[in-house]
Amino acid sequence: MAKIKLAKSKVDTLVEICKSFNNEGSELINVLHKAQETFGYLPAEVQEIIARELNVAVAHVYGVVTFYSFFSMVPKGEFPISICMGTACYVRGAEKVLEEFKRQLDVPVGETTEDGKFSISCLRCVGACGLAPVVTIGERVYGRVAAGDVADIIKEYQS
Amino acid sequence: MEKYKMHILICGGTGCRASASEAIQNNLQDALKAKGLEEEVQVVMTGCFGFCEKGPIVKILPDNTFYIEVKPEDAEEIIEEHIIKGRKVMRLLYTDPEKKEVVSDSKHMGFYKKQIRIALRNCGFINPENIDEYIATEGYAALGKCLTEMTPQAVIDEIKESGLRGRGGGGFPTGLKWEFASKNDADQKYVVCNADEGDPGAFMDRSILEGDPHSVLEAMAICGYTMGADKGVIYIRAEYPLAIERLKVAIAQAREYGLLGNDILGSGFNFDVEMRYGAGAFVCGEETALIHSMEGLRGEPTVKPPFPAESGYNGKPTNVNNVETFANIPVIINKGAGWFNKIGTEKSTGTKVFALAGKINNVGLIEVPMGTTLREVIYEIGGGIKDGKKFKAVQTGGPSGGCLTEKHLDTPIDFDNLLAVGSMMGSGGMIVMDEDDCMVSVAKFYLDFTVEESCGKCTPCRVGNKRLYELLDKITEGKGTKEDLDLLRNLSTVIKDTSLCGLGQTSPNPVLSTIENFYDEYIAHVEEHKCPSGQCKALMQYVIDPELCVGCTLCARNCPVDCIAGDRKEAHIIDTAKCIKCGACMEKCKFNAISIQ
Repeated sequence: MAKIKLAKSKVDTLVEICKSFNNEGSELINVLHKAQETFGYLPAEVQEIIARELNVAVAHVYGVVTFYSFFSMVPKGEFPISICMGTACYVRGAEKVLEEFKRQLDVPVGETTEDGKFSISCLRCVGACGLAPVVTIGERVYGRVAAGDVADIIKEYQS
Repeated sequence: MEKYKMHILICGGTGCRASASEAIQNNLQDALKAKGLEEEVQVVMTGCFGFCEKGPIVKILPDNTFYIEVKPEDAEEIIEEHIIKGRKVMRLLYTDPEKKEVVSDSKHMGFYKKQIRIALRNCGFINPENIDEYIATEGYAALGKCLTEMTPQAVIDEIKESGLRGRGGGGFPTGLKWEFASKNDADQKYVVCNADEGDPGAFMDRSILEGDPHSVLEAMAICGYTMGADKGVIYIRAEYPLAIERLKVAIAQAREYGLLGNDILGSGFNFDVEMRYGAGAFVCGEETALIHSMEGLRGEPTVKPPFPAESGYNGKPTNVNNVETFANIPVIINKGAGWFNKIGTEKSTGTKVFALAGKINNVGLIEVPMGTTLREVIYEIGGGIKDGKKFKAVQTGGPSGGCLTEKHLDTPIDFDNLLAVGSMMGSGGMIVMDEDDCMVSVAKFYLDFTVEESCGKCTPCRVGNKRLYELLDKITEGKGTKEDLDLLRNLSTVIKDTSLCGLGQTSPNPVLSTIENFYDEYIAHVEEHKCPSGQCKALMQYVIDPELCVGCTLCARNCPVDCIAGDRKEAHIIDTAKCIKCGACMEKCKFNAISIQ
């Protein structure tokens, strides 16, 4: 565990989070949710500390983190862009919208632009199928998005 | 409640909230205050009304006026005209697209006429954050009846007699499941609610939890009573923040009222509910996988038996039901099994909620009696195909289901009929596709989903689905052969036969059903290397018709890669080598001069 270089305050926060779930291994997923909420993502070091506190193998923690799509090991952009790839959005042209975001920002799905501003991810159905295709940026929901709208949407966040 | 003369209900479902329904609520309240009417008229944010296509929806009681596509700036006019002067705001009413008549009452709208709302009974009707409103609509009466007048076995018998089958996809008889769990003795048992709605394009569970959370809590307590469990766990997607919030409020209120906790209604029965969060894994819809996920493990399924009814959460007897299944329970107890089993068909009683989406005029959440035909759902409730296009297929059952065609439109929808025609009920996603949709691409879309969501435990599912995807990809790239179609069929059968859980056993369904029902389209891809619907990028080219092009330059200005050349007022030309086939030019052209070849 000598490799941990996280600031002490962050380590303390993590230890607190684990403690709030009684350091129980069966609470791992809840702990990870809380940790990701706090740090934005779950880098290797965070997983190592959680494993230590809950007394489970790091491999087990890593196994769970990589199994669930909600958990991420890379930080998201300042403005996380999510394109809904539910079936309703797909048949109304979500793929073209996704292609356009990828092309304009020059970044693949699951990654973040170099300046850390935007990240692109796909999600499965936000339940707003009446507005398909749907794009969310942070908390904001954009409905009935066409490929031609993408440039304008990105512009909103670039100033 | 009685002190108010009028109520204004605003849809607080996800779709309507995304279209500013909260701002509408605030503006309505401000406008009422400005007129000194806040004591006379109550503004309530309810759950989903279902008519998402025309959201945000605002409904006025008692006259049942149904306003559609309301904007925050309309609030003042609604108060001024409707509430004060008693005149309906005509421009916000729904117009029947066929009769061209204005309809002010939802009961007379085609979208609602054929619906019977049991699971969705309170959605769009009560304030989900107020337990009193739930109680006022017979809420917790069923729990009271069970605890005071019925033995656990009598409750189970009632549910068995009702014929209720699991709404999450499996269709297993609910009463029987409860009976199994009740017969296994243990010091601790669990009731689990599966709210990990993973089917892309289905959002009924979310709408029920957001619109009527108490109905699920009440049903879980009833289930706990029948099987002797005092703990309930709701396993819910972390991606559903609003549903989580409303559940938290509901649980706290139920505890405060003594409807959860110790000695409920003085009966000596204890029951409490907690929540666990999912983290995005479709396979967790499978109950053994879900239980592993609740235990903090990877959500991988295990072999049954032992069934969860014997050894489930923490190794204890566990009963898992889906949200919609639970939402039916209180009504069955209140109105009786005999009332419920007269609705629907003989083997599939009651109603089913469907999330109607895709290329259809009325996208939304609907609830119809089992046995309603696909045609009724698509044309009468759904209002037909968008933009006057031709119907091509309807996909039911999500990634586990199949694509049905014109010839299946008169099939009465129930569990068994859908299975018989190569699809399934699933959780109730219903996606309508038109002539522009390429069925090979649709199959590929679903396989892409399955490949990502396969947990990896069984080789046929982990590797086989990937191979299926690659074959489909090859076909959409125009490189497929006829032999590939046989290979697709054979491999699909192997995956279905040899996978452990429902995911692998059903994942080839979209492939098999599209090959079965749209064989010509596959042949066109592999023999003529053409995509008849013009969706497969590798097989198409955008061209400008020089006769129709007037040289307005709009396409060239909108082309993201500058591949369109041409002088003003001269016919333009697309450089097909540079074209990325984004379709922006075709979308913008006002003269229909651009087409796909």
